[in-house]
Amino acid sequence: MLAQQLINALSLGGVYALFALGFTLVFGVLNVINLAQGAVFMLGAYAALHSVVALRLPLLAGIFLAMIVTGAAGWVLDRWIFAPLRARGAPHLAPMIATIGVTIVLTSAIEGTFGAENKRFPAELMPTEVLSLGDVQITWLELRIILLAFALMALLLWGLKRTRLGRALRGLSESPKAAALLGVDVEGLFRMTSVIGAMLGGAAGVLIALYSNAVFPHMGQPMLHKGIAIVILGGMGDIRGALLGGFLLGFAEVFSVAYIGSTMRDAVAFGLLFTILLLRPQGLFGHTAQRRA
Amino acid sequence: MRDSSFRLARWIGRAIVNVGAPVQFRSEVLRFTMRSRLVILRVFLAFGVLPGPTHAAEIKIGAAEALTGNASQYGLPIRKGFELALSEINAGGGINGRKIELVIEDEQGKKEEAINVFKKLIFQDKVLMLFGPTLSNSAQASDPVAQGAKVVVFGTSNTADGITSIGNYVFRNSVTEADILPVTLKIAAQKTGLKRVAVLYGNDDIFTKSGYDNFKKALQDLKIPVVTTETFAKGDVDFKPQLTKIKASGADAIVMSALVAEGAPIMVQARQLGIALPFIGGNGMNSPRVFALAKDNSDNLWVGSPWSVENPATENKRFIAAYQKAHATLPDQFAAQAYDAMYIAAQALKKIKLTGQLEADRKTLRDALPTAQWSGATGPFKFRQAVGRDGKPAGYDAVQTAIVMVTKANLYVIQK
Repeated sequence: MLAQQLINALSLGGVYALFALGFTLVFGVLNVINLAQGAVFMLGAYAALHSVVALRLPLLAGIFLAMIVTGAAGWVLDRWIFAPLRARGAPHLAPMIATIGVTIVLTSAIEGTFGAENKRFPAELMPTEVLSLGDVQITWLELRIILLAFALMALLLWGLKRTRLGRALRGLSESPKAAALLGVDVEGLFRMTSVIGAMLGGAAGVLIALYSNAVFPHMGQPMLHKGIAIVILGGMGDIRGALLGGFLLGFAEVFSVAYIGSTMRDAVAFGLLFTILLLRPQGLFGHTAQRRA
Repeated sequence: MRDSSFRLARWIGRAIVNVGAPVQFRSEVLRFTMRSRLVILRVFLAFGVLPGPTHAAEIKIGAAEALTGNASQYGLPIRKGFELALSEINAGGGINGRKIELVIEDEQGKKEEAINVFKKLIFQDKVLMLFGPTLSNSAQASDPVAQGAKVVVFGTSNTADGITSIGNYVFRNSVTEADILPVTLKIAAQKTGLKRVAVLYGNDDIFTKSGYDNFKKALQDLKIPVVTTETFAKGDVDFKPQLTKIKASGADAIVMSALVAEGAPIMVQARQLGIALPFIGGNGMNSPRVFALAKDNSDNLWVGSPWSVENPATENKRFIAAYQKAHATLPDQFAAQAYDAMYIAAQALKKIKLTGQLEADRKTLRDALPTAQWSGATGPFKFRQAVGRDGKPAGYDAVQTAIVMVTKANLYVIQK
């Protein structure tokens, strides 16, 4: 049972981490708490579902298309909401509240178009082979989900560390003013960040939809709550924190079910977060608040 | 006539408020275009521009169902069931020559909204009686409003305990889980030879929690030991940790109190983990949608319900055919119960003489409804009086026979 639960925790943690990465990236660079990330996550799942069911694309192409659609949503989000608010020097709360509106609009639009009931990916398209290692059952699907989540995370980390774009982004999250003085295209990077963040959210949406067999308009809400908790735990805006926090939450949830009881699932997971925050209020990798100000 | 212009003003007001919720807005627009001619006519009438007869001939009935939000997956089939029955009844001459007009409002599956909508239907639209709300959770909050106003409230989908103990104006034709689950469990135990079970249920919803309580009681009565009890929450998508634990517990069946939204993914994930145990579910799992959502992983699910898509009774076959023709999709239990509820109400309405005095008519209807009998999609039906919290007679529950089914190759197979 332990080995199986480890696998469960790894796949769940991978999806959590992927979701939290997009969330924390937008916060770190744009300094915006993007509450629409949950809706974008849901949009990704629907985009993949639609391209697989109606457009008859293969699953991998569906995932790719979902990332394009959510990337476009990220572009729109920045172009029409974050950018105008930035230009007017709106207070921090304004973009956050605007993203609540985006969530309502997106969720209702999807609900109106596709209906409120649960959907799933067609059974015949899903890889059904099961890998049995003794008592442990891993479907190929799960294996691919874990691999894809890790691949996307590795790509992001590598990109941030090694590429010019990554350096510019890191500079931007230190200080937009200094980055602008050094000739960085601040507005362009802001938009790029919103696009990348949304793409990661969309990918996470497809993966959890595949993992759990459930696509529904309100699927982003619980994920958003968890994402916020992970990002706070890891330290707002910190990439390593989001990664570690995502896996930590996945493991905490799975093992509280395994050894304490499923009624306590959220109590244990969030109790753990609470305790860590009591000990380290700035989060695992958080900077002190003064530095940002 | 004042109320028609009032209604238009309210519609405009709501349209403005609803810009934040475009879907609801859109459905309002649709409804508006459908009714626009009627509404415009009424506005003219209201201002005395056009002379014409009053339209008092219609009997106005309200329905508060979840048409948007998560619970709309149950609320929308319910509306379709009402509308099908309504079109049949009205096409057949209505109630002694008078047509029924159904005012459907969206309660969004929320308690607060259900209370608002109940008040609006009762005090503003002045309906004779009302159907709804969709969820037992909401019914607990909103039914006391109807009871207080002395208006019949008729639930078609509330199966949790205690709803009809609210008062003597509360009716339902949805059979309670307390009546169905022991029968399902007993037959499943006989046929599968199960010795000990694991229990899995949603602990943050009054419907699934009450299903769990009834299962627990039935398991005690049948002396079947429970090896582990696991829970999940509404909107959860990952059930593998709980299922892994169940797999290791040595149970030979999983007793599950869940709705399809969670129940179907649970079955798929269980089969992925290599768990081939039978599932025993409540009537939340009695929907052809199980086969869409858990396709090829849906075998060996035991459910009991008065309604089955496979029930070959003439009334049921006729209902399914008419529903499919009207909506191009298979009905589920929610649609079937709503369809029957409209006919049950119609039986009572046919027996009484309406005076036009709203309060008196509401009481006359209440007094006539308990004796209404009907044989429809869900089989022969009659009411049974429930007992209130104070021990005195209160509202009315359904008396119906359960059909126990097991799923096989993406179909329900009737066992009894």
